[in-house]
Order: sequence, then structure tokens, then C-alpha cells
Amino acid sequence: MSESASAVEPTPGKKVRRTSFNEGTGRLAALLLSPTLIVLLLVIGYPIISALRESLYISGQRIDADGFVIEGSQFVGLDNFAAIFSGETGDRFWNAFYNTTFFTVTCVVLETVLGILMAMVMHKAFKGRAIVRASILVPWAIPTVVSALLWKWIFQADGIANEVLGTQILWSTEGWQSVLSVIIADTWKTAPFIGLLVLAGLQTIPDEVYEAAKVDGASPWKTFTRITLPLVKPALLVAVLFRILDTLRIFDLPYVLVGPNKASVETLSILAFLESNQNRYGPAAAYATLLFLYIVVVAYVFVKLLGADVIGEARVAKPKKSRGKVGA
Amino acid sequence: MRFERSHTRKAVALAVVSSLVLLTAACGGGDDGGSGNNGSGGALEGRGPIKFATGKDTSGNLKNQVDAWNTQHPDEKVEVAELPESADQQRNQMISNAQIKSTEFSVLNLDVVWTAEFAANRWITELPQDQFPDLGKLLPTTVDTAKYRDKLYAVPVTSDGGLLYYRKDLLDKAGVEVPKTWPEMVAACAKVKALPEGKAINCYAGQFEKYEGLTVNFSEAVNGAGGVVVGDDGKPNVDTPEALAGLTALVEGFKTGFIPKAAITYQEEPGRRAFQDGNLLFHRNWPYVYALANKTDGSSKIAGKFAVAALPGLSGPGVSTLGGHNYAISEFATNKATAADFIKFMSSEERQKANVEKTSQAPTWASLYDDPALNKQFPYLAPLKASIASAKSRPKVVKYGDVTTAIQEAAYGALKQPAEKDPKQTLTDLQTKLSSLITQ
Repeated sequence: MSESASAVEPTPGKKVRRTSFNEGTGRLAALLLSPTLIVLLLVIGYPIISALRESLYISGQRIDADGFVIEGSQFVGLDNFAAIFSGETGDRFWNAFYNTTFFTVTCVVLETVLGILMAMVMHKAFKGRAIVRASILVPWAIPTVVSALLWKWIFQADGIANEVLGTQILWSTEGWQSVLSVIIADTWKTAPFIGLLVLAGLQTIPDEVYEAAKVDGASPWKTFTRITLPLVKPALLVAVLFRILDTLRIFDLPYVLVGPNKASVETLSILAFLESNQNRYGPAAAYATLLFLYIVVVAYVFVKLLGADVIGEARVAKPKKSRGKVGA
Repeated sequence: MRFERSHTRKAVALAVVSSLVLLTAACGGGDDGGSGNNGSGGALEGRGPIKFATGKDTSGNLKNQVDAWNTQHPDEKVEVAELPESADQQRNQMISNAQIKSTEFSVLNLDVVWTAEFAANRWITELPQDQFPDLGKLLPTTVDTAKYRDKLYAVPVTSDGGLLYYRKDLLDKAGVEVPKTWPEMVAACAKVKALPEGKAINCYAGQFEKYEGLTVNFSEAVNGAGGVVVGDDGKPNVDTPEALAGLTALVEGFKTGFIPKAAITYQEEPGRRAFQDGNLLFHRNWPYVYALANKTDGSSKIAGKFAVAALPGLSGPGVSTLGGHNYAISEFATNKATAADFIKFMSSEERQKANVEKTSQAPTWASLYDDPALNKQFPYLAPLKASIASAKSRPKVVKYGDVTTAIQEAAYGALKQPAEKDPKQTLTDLQTKLSSLITQ
């Protein structure tokens, strides 16, 4: 460090030479980086900015005397957002907000528990392990819309669910039953995803640790809570974070399985979709923006609270800590 | 080291800024073009190959129809662009294409309820009525669906009307006539239920799930009782004693078990399956059910045991809600003369007849319904003609999506058990809601 500081001091000629060299590398770096950045900005930056801009406009909502829609969009400031929170629309928004949150919490908790169980089973060495692994992963391989149709078939009035349970429940009607059907279908589909990531985590745990625990006489439960869970935690947290972000955007399952305009399962994504389906792109963008902000906040809190190592920060931070310890 | 790093940062910042500038320039360019108005319709000029955008062809006969055109017009070939099967997705794709003023699609196959929206947004061309002399030979109700504010925007090629399917074997056994009114239907069902083989059967079902089918069934109940949802003047008028009587009949049906509870989840297909499995005495559905329910391959338990009649009303003949598809020309199409000829060709008597013979789609050409050979092949044609001839269109409004959602919301709340609101309150609230949606 002192070297680079002294490099700035000396004669002007030397300084110029050095700087120009660095600027040259800088320019080259900029040149080499720009394609990636442009692509990133095009596929991530532009849509976000464009949606934000769209949410401040309204278009095609008025009709002239001859019955034609007046063209062109009109700047309305934050009116689209204000409209979301007022009156009947406000109730609908908060209901959707509640549903989205409820689905996220319930589904992710269930999926995590089941996912860990699945991973433990898949990790065990036994005959026919390959078949068990494959069959557990099948639901994850099925597209969500297809699995929604599949479950819709099961949950029909004369479907298998009622047959097996011996009930006459009308699953797609408003109420707890439609909520339950979505939770079941979502858990069925995505628990294997958590299972897969946890399995990858399990495979990195060396056998020696377990052997040591055995020698020390640890119970299976203690082995699980003190060895397996902490060591699998980084992988598990990433899996859970992915699932949370995914479930906050939940759309296809409630929309296809239960149907649109059903208050019991209406989520924020569905509201945004329904608005855009009526060509009201401004309000639709406003809903999408609110959902985006909600997801950002949840992701931020999750990463900060649980320290999920999503971008490899922990690896950078660790040496620092150990150095501090040595110093003390 | 640090020195170099700060330079890297600068480089990154530079790259970000330059790409941002590029982007904003690109976006800005895109926005300017939006305000220009497109030229007025009227002149249908230009000949050459065109593209015909239509939903997935489930009938399997569209190819034959288009091939017939292509062999006669080798220089003006029509290519079929198959859109998804879901009506929503078809509409979305057509709208996206119109919004970027794409010349891709020339002829659009529109559901009857989309005409107003497409016309009001100037996405389809107004058609000069004198260039379509055959319009007078089509069923007048179907031609009406192709108009917006008394101007013609499309030509009806297929139609659709509701029919009452009933179990002829059971009605004959009980010795009752085919019901013409709702109370007669209730009485007929009671008599059939008194028979040993009719004990377990459910009386009636239509489509009552919360989707477009509910709008259709609700409108039929209201219209069949002499009421209207939206009047001929284009103003909603649903808070009337007639509409109340119609809705009450449906609500009572659910309450008394005349309509089975499961019917609140029925779209066309689950209802059809219930009827085919022999669980329904009366069933309201579209003509396509006829061929399927008559299949003798074991999929239907009632093949040969049922017949069709016109829908019953509350105290007289019923009123069906009109379905079907209209062909329109995209405003942004280049070969509009070819497009117009293609539409004339597809709606001609010859082509419609060929289509009826192969599929169960209802024609719009009036005289085809009286063709003896066709009537022999499709015994439902006579009641279907009556159904379509007296049918009512759904509201012709630009924001049809909002209107139908409001109707579904109201009807579903009244029909489900336990009900959210009583029928009177439902209609009062629906009237308020529709009035705010249909202000023009």
C-alpha cells in the first residue's frame, strides 16, 4: 500500500506515464465489460425502469363521441398507486397481499420440512436409491401449469380427491378448500427443489464428522441438529430464499387450479395480470412495482437476518474475522 | 493496487453510463411514434398472400377450408397462423400485434364479444356493407354481433346458441312432455325422480363456475324471464322485477337441490361429463356436445337416449346467449382486398355447408338450417336455429372484460351456498357497478 502511495508522489513525467497506462487498462476494461453490462441493462435494467415509468401513465381509457378510444398516454403521477390503496380496490389489494404472504409462509415452511426429509431419504444408501431419487424429482420436472391442470383434475367435484376421501368437497369454490388445494399442489411440486439443493449440501459433509459423533455417543437427533443442520445451512438458506422469492410471485397455480377472480386465492401477481389483460398497463405496472418492492424488502431482510450466503460474501468476510481474532 | 482498483471502478461506471445513454436513446426513439393516427378504413386495397390468425383449430376442418381457397387463388395464398386454444391468449396475441401496428395478421378470427373492443381501438377496419351483399342471407342476430355503433366491422362465420339436452328415455317413461318453461322443467324432474331408475338423477345443470360461461348462463336466466342485463340503448338495466325473477329461479334451483351443488364448479366439460355419465336429466350446453354424447365407443352412457330442445324461459320460450366467431380485417394489414375476398369466401353458403358437414360448428347462413340432408345428419339444427334466431348478444362494450367480470362476481355471489347476498341486493349492486363501467 505504501508503494502505491509513493508512486503518486514522484516526478510529474513518471506520474503521467503511469496514469496513462492505467487509464488505458481502464478503457480496455470498460470496453470489455460493456457488452455484458449492456445485456444486463437490456434484460434487467430496462424492464424495471420501463415498468416504473409505465406505472406513472395511463392510456386508452377514454372514449370519444364516435365511440373510438382516444389514443396516447397521459402522465398521472402517482394516481395509479393511490387508486390501488383506495376503496374497494384497496380491500382487494390487501386481501391479495395477505394471500401472497400466507402462501409464501405456509408453503415454504412445509416445503422446507418435507424437502429436508426427502434429501435425507435420497442421501441414504440403499437398494433402489436411484429410483427413489428419480421419483422424488419428477414433480419438479413438470411445468407448473401442467401440474396445476393435473391437480385441477384431481380436485374436481367428481375427481379422485373426493373419491379417496369419501367427501363431496367443492375444491375450486371460495374458502379454505381452495387455499388448501393450492398449498398441496405447490408443496408437491417444489418440495423436491429444496430436497435437491439440500441433498447437494449433504453430500459435501464428510463422513468423519458423523463417525466422530458416533464415537462420542451422540443421539441421532443431536447428530441431526448439531451436525447435519449447521453444515447444510448455507445450501438450505439459498434454497429457502429462492423458494420465498418464487412463492411471492405465485401465479399459475391459483390462476389455473382455482381460477381468476376468486378472492380466497387471489395474489398480487394475479392482480397485475388481470389489469394488464384489460389493457390497463399503467395500473398493472403499479401492482407489479409494489410486488417488486415487497420482494426486494423480503429478500433484503432474509439475507440480513439469516446471512444467506447468496453472493459469496461470507467467504470474503471470513479471513477478516480470523485476522481480528489473531490480533486480539 | 488500490490505485488500479479505483480505475477499474471508474471504468465500470463509464461502461454503465454509456450503456444507459444508449438505452435511453433507444427508449426515447420508441415513444415518439405512438401519437400518429392511422388512416381511416374504407378502401380495401392490395392483393397478395395474407395470414389468417385464428385460435387452435379443434374441429380439424379449417385446413380443408383454407386449402379450397388456396387452390383457387394461387397468387393470393392464405397462411393459417394458429394461436393458442385459450381465448384469452388469442385475444392477447392479437392485441399485442395491433399495438405495435404489425402487418403480420391480415384476417382475425374474433370471438363475438371482442368486436366492440377491437373496433373502438381502431385495430380492425370498418367494412363497407355494400361490398358484402350476402349479409342479408345470414341470421340477423349473428350479423348484429359484427357491428359496433351501427357500423360493420366483421362478418360472422360461425355462430353458437345454447340448447337444452334432455334424457328422452326417462321423460318418455315418466310420460311427460318436453318442458318449454322453467316450472315445467321442475315438475318434469319431480315426476322422473318418482321412477325407480330416476331416483339418483340430478335435475339440471348449466355452467356456473366463475368464468365467461357464468355470464352466459346468468344472461340467459335474466333474458328468459323477460329482463335485460344491458338494454338495446346500451345502458345497463338489470335492477328490474323480471331480472330478479330470472336470478331467483337459479338461486332457488341451487337451494332446493334442483341444480346439484357441484354445478357451481361446472364449466362446459365437467357438465358434459355429468350428463354423459347419466347423472343429469336436463343440461344446458352448446351444440358440440351432441356428437360427443352420442358416441357409442363407451365414453357416453346415454348414446341414443337423449334429445335436444330450445332453452326454456321462465314462463315462455327461453332466450339463448349468442356465441360464435366473426372474421375481421386488421387495420394494419397490407393486402386488404384479398382479405375481404377471403372473408366472403369463408362465409359463403358453399364453404359453410362444407364446414357443417364436417364439424359441429353452427353456421350463420340461414338456409342451411332448413337443408333436409343436414337436418337428418344433425337433428339439433332446428332447435338450434330457433335458439340463435332469438338469441341475445352479450353487452357490446369496449371494456367487455370489466363488464363480464362484474356480472360473474355478482352472479357467483348469489348462487354459491351459503349466498353472499340475496338476489335483490345482488342486482341493485350489479346495476350500480355496470353503470359506473358503461358510462358512454
